[in-house]
Amino acid sequence: MAKKKAAKKKVAKKKVAKKKVAKKKVAKKKVAKKKVAKGQDTSKNLYDAVLELIRVTSTVIPDDVQKVVLETLEREEKNTTAEYAMNIIKANIELAKKKSQPICQDTGTILFYISHPIGIDQGKFTKVIEKAVVKATKLGYLRQNSVHSLTGKNDSLNIGLGHPSVHFHQHKKKSIEIKLMLKGGGCENVGAQYALPNTDLKAGRDLDGVRKVILDAIVKAQGKGCGPGVLGVTIGGDRGSGYLASKEELLRTLDDKSNIPELAELEEEIVTTANKLGIGPMGFGGKTTLLGCKIGHQNRLPASFFVSVSYMCWAFRRQGVILKENQQISKWLY
Amino acid sequence: MIDLKFPYSEEEIRKLKVGDMVNITGTLLTGRDAVHKRLHEGTEPPIPLEGHIIYHCGPVVLERAKGKYEVMAAGPTTSIREEPYQWEVMRDHGIRGVIGKGGMGQKTLEGCQKYGCVYFHAIGGAAQVLAEKIESVEDVYWQDLGSPEAIWKLKVIEFPVVVTMDANGGSLHKNVQAQSEEALKKLI
Repeated sequence: MAKKKAAKKKVAKKKVAKKKVAKKKVAKKKVAKKKVAKGQDTSKNLYDAVLELIRVTSTVIPDDVQKVVLETLEREEKNTTAEYAMNIIKANIELAKKKSQPICQDTGTILFYISHPIGIDQGKFTKVIEKAVVKATKLGYLRQNSVHSLTGKNDSLNIGLGHPSVHFHQHKKKSIEIKLMLKGGGCENVGAQYALPNTDLKAGRDLDGVRKVILDAIVKAQGKGCGPGVLGVTIGGDRGSGYLASKEELLRTLDDKSNIPELAELEEEIVTTANKLGIGPMGFGGKTTLLGCKIGHQNRLPASFFVSVSYMCWAFRRQGVILKENQQISKWLY
Repeated sequence: MIDLKFPYSEEEIRKLKVGDMVNITGTLLTGRDAVHKRLHEGTEPPIPLEGHIIYHCGPVVLERAKGKYEVMAAGPTTSIREEPYQWEVMRDHGIRGVIGKGGMGQKTLEGCQKYGCVYFHAIGGAAQVLAEKIESVEDVYWQDLGSPEAIWKLKVIEFPVVVTMDANGGSLHKNVQAQSEEALKKLI
């Protein structure tokens, strides 16, 4: 019944404006032709774009991070193990870029953040991403890093349940934006989540309490997360959403300040205070323990007050691209 | 800078102290989580570990031809996860050193003293600088554990590390932890 009605409507419309329809048809045909051509090309273009994004992310440190790493090298005292560590880090950044090989052998959890307009087929998109991940692993840009948690089997493909981790987000822009973060296991292991109030730390449900638990997380991490590191923090949310959002804070560039004055102040204060703790690069002791701290917030339940801290190592691998309509790379984001 | 060459003698190892910067030339055997678990469960190692240095590392390795491997990236992994097992490997297999990152705990420190071993710290994340020091892959064992967890026998030249736990009870990690905890108390 519904089909018949629709058919009738079409006929009626056609009668009303024959001329217009004729013109439109021609126009549509052209568009349709283009679209078909695009349909064939774009998945190959997308595959190439994602593969190149993975290569660059794994081998080149983003400019904002490199700038801060070099600044800290200047700060460390001469002839100390801290200076020695920072010198090797600097040499490593240069060498990885030159050789186009992974900065760190732990190419980490593969986190894709995709912002797209309405109408994208997420399933198809994910398939292309998986194909690119498999290829990047074969080429040595990624380590065979995906292990079955029950059998312990590593089938060397780097894909499986939850791998890669792909997050889609719909936005109002027309273009597709893909951000990628490779987050190693060492720094992931020192992430921490606190429920306030925390009696041991005398941390209440306020920003001072938040400050205390963040500093505690830094001291607990020592050099195990490959410091000097960067923190992504979320105040609030639930246990799952808090951690998820804390990682997304790491998508902000290091020079970005929170637009909430209290948080901007806290972000800066955490870095200053952390660098007085004397943990230093690699936990060797020294002046630089933290390169940056990014804090965001989410609403919470009256009963919960979580502070979720994600630690990112100095080998901060994050990159992003904006795609053209044909899904080739049009612009690099970091 | 101290040059340490394979075979590593107990006497040389016992002389090393916290803060020494060392360049290692010779053989390294990688071994991380799955290897330590398997050894702990009583499986005999595929080659004798006596006199060797175990490198906590899961490298990126490409097989260029059948049995011909190239290391693409090879920095250290976090060592503390081996804390329950490491002293046992020192006791049962007579290793002379461990390379890793982040340091280890009291059990390992005591193991170092008792069995004549040191903990060398490599720079975490510096996978290219360290891979450059690997001249060749001599062999690979226990590949059933997956590439990152297998035992890779590596030939290295002037592999740069720092002694952060020595055979005389010294531990940089213990000191830095105590100092930073003290500093934290004052700052919060």
